[in-house]
Amino acid sequence: MEPLMAITIGILFAAAIYMMLRRSIVKLVIGLILLSNAANLLIFATAGMVRGAPPLVPKGMTAPETAVADPLPQALVLTAIVIAFGVLSFAVVLVRRAWEIVGADDLDQMKDTDT
Amino acid sequence: MMPQVALPILIPLFAGAVSLVFWRSRGMQRFIAVAGTAGLLATSLWLLVTVRGDGIQVMHMGGWAAPFGISLVADLLGAIMVVLTGIIGFAVALFSLATVGRGHEAYGYFPLLHLLLAGVAGAFLTGDIFNLYVWFEVMLVASFALLILGSEKAQMEGAIKYVTLNLVSSVIFLVAVGLLYGMVGTLNMADIARRLATLEDDGMADVLAMMFMVAFGIKAAAFPLFFWLPASYHTPPVAVSALFAALLTKVGVYALFRVFTLIFHHSPGYTHEILLWGAGLTMLSGVLGAAAQFEFRRILSFHIVSQIGYMLLGLALFTPLALIGGVFYIVHHIIVKTTLFLISGIVHRVSGSYQLAALGGFYRSHPWLAVLFLIPALSLAGMPPLSGFFAKFIVIRAGIEAEAYGVTFIALLVGLLTLYSMIKIWAEVFWKASPDEEDDGVPKAVGQREMWLMATPVVGLALCTLFIGLNAEPLYNLAEASAGQLLAPERYIQAVLGTNGEEMP
Repeated sequence: MEPLMAITIGILFAAAIYMMLRRSIVKLVIGLILLSNAANLLIFATAGMVRGAPPLVPKGMTAPETAVADPLPQALVLTAIVIAFGVLSFAVVLVRRAWEIVGADDLDQMKDTDT
Repeated sequence: MMPQVALPILIPLFAGAVSLVFWRSRGMQRFIAVAGTAGLLATSLWLLVTVRGDGIQVMHMGGWAAPFGISLVADLLGAIMVVLTGIIGFAVALFSLATVGRGHEAYGYFPLLHLLLAGVAGAFLTGDIFNLYVWFEVMLVASFALLILGSEKAQMEGAIKYVTLNLVSSVIFLVAVGLLYGMVGTLNMADIARRLATLEDDGMADVLAMMFMVAFGIKAAAFPLFFWLPASYHTPPVAVSALFAALLTKVGVYALFRVFTLIFHHSPGYTHEILLWGAGLTMLSGVLGAAAQFEFRRILSFHIVSQIGYMLLGLALFTPLALIGGVFYIVHHIIVKTTLFLISGIVHRVSGSYQLAALGGFYRSHPWLAVLFLIPALSLAGMPPLSGFFAKFIVIRAGIEAEAYGVTFIALLVGLLTLYSMIKIWAEVFWKASPDEEDDGVPKAVGQREMWLMATPVVGLALCTLFIGLNAEPLYNLAEASAGQLLAPERYIQAVLGTNGEEMP
């Protein structure tokens, strides 16, 4: 499972960077979305993939008997997904407003602030 | 229980929530802005006094002992940074009363201001690396919204660059945190430091160190990742510019200081050497960028970049004196840079422009403002007896003692070029005759009360830099104690994990 996951994450990162290097701001946002998804998957994979072993402590014991899945990365991913969702929805609105105000979808035309 | 460790985060959060409740009441929001930031300043001073007296303060959130819960940790560096946040927050809130228009206030300027301060204070106080990421995002979301308040064309273009680069930096940070967790299995910074020291795999630790350096380097606007800063900082309302200039990049610098003294200090020959050259190039590219600019706030923005270089130089040399210099420099820079941005705001309020070519004659119409400008400007350039002189002196002396002559030479040269930039602003804005013939020397109508509101924070901050310059010893002692804590990470680890921190499960 891990090699497959690693390859998927790698492809996602590559696709994200490719999209971000395009000139269109819509593609830039798509790149950012892919980038944050790649990061989330990577965190999910860091603790290793354990199948069918929920991190529950049986009744009357203080520690689980066998090796269990690490719940912490899942909690981290949950937080990261929520944050990324908020930030990316902001980015989508920003791109729409920028398109309305600047009147262009091309990053090369947005150089008012660089002179 | 030490409430003062959490209060600098809780007060702005609470103030933000309350001012959301009074969404329609402009007067109430303005009152809460001043009261909330004053409360933040008071509690942060309380925290600094406690930390100075009793050593590192730790608070475990929800009663979960470290390393399982999230800990808030206030060491001297964190406490100093929080005090600066309080000072700047208060000054900018006062200044905002006069300069932020009704339209901006109606779209939630003050709640966002509080949220930003909460994020900044949280980043300075947390002892958990994932929590640091969360505070970074709190701060970023607030800054995104503040940056585009008003929706002008330049703001949109600046915001796209700012948002993109900061999101990329956040993702790199997040990936680095994930990989670090995969390696050491913990997120508490003290616990990470302890476990990483026992790890054999130095190569992987170096890779992670570089990822953190890139992520925080983007936030701190270090070379070669600084270009989002001069593209965006001159676009929002000036109170927002001043707040960003003071605090946002410094959060990145603080994170670099924290991570590279506490966690990644195993191979300074590799990581700190890269930081050293990064610092030198940051200084040089920032100041050369500023030399080519003729817009008040853009010149100041480029100077933020070049000043970041001095702070990183303090960290990169990694000697006790250099770290003292780094901490001293951060304090000096935050105060001085905010003053300069606020002065540019007053100039803009009076004359309606930031372009140097369109300005002039201020020495005749506002002589007091000219004097007020000279104090922070000369301080930024490093003239005695102002705070900048001692800050530069400590860093450069540390550079010579560490025999890093190349970077030290750059630091001296950049000081000279900074003086050139400041004199350029002085000559154009204050000295030369006003280009507008008809209203030569006659200021635009700015109400008496408004002028007082704008001038009070500027005078206060200018007095701070003067006071630090004339009486540098208390701050030097504070910076020395703080550098001592940074160079002895085992004290931080001990404070967070308790006395039995030696045995490892």
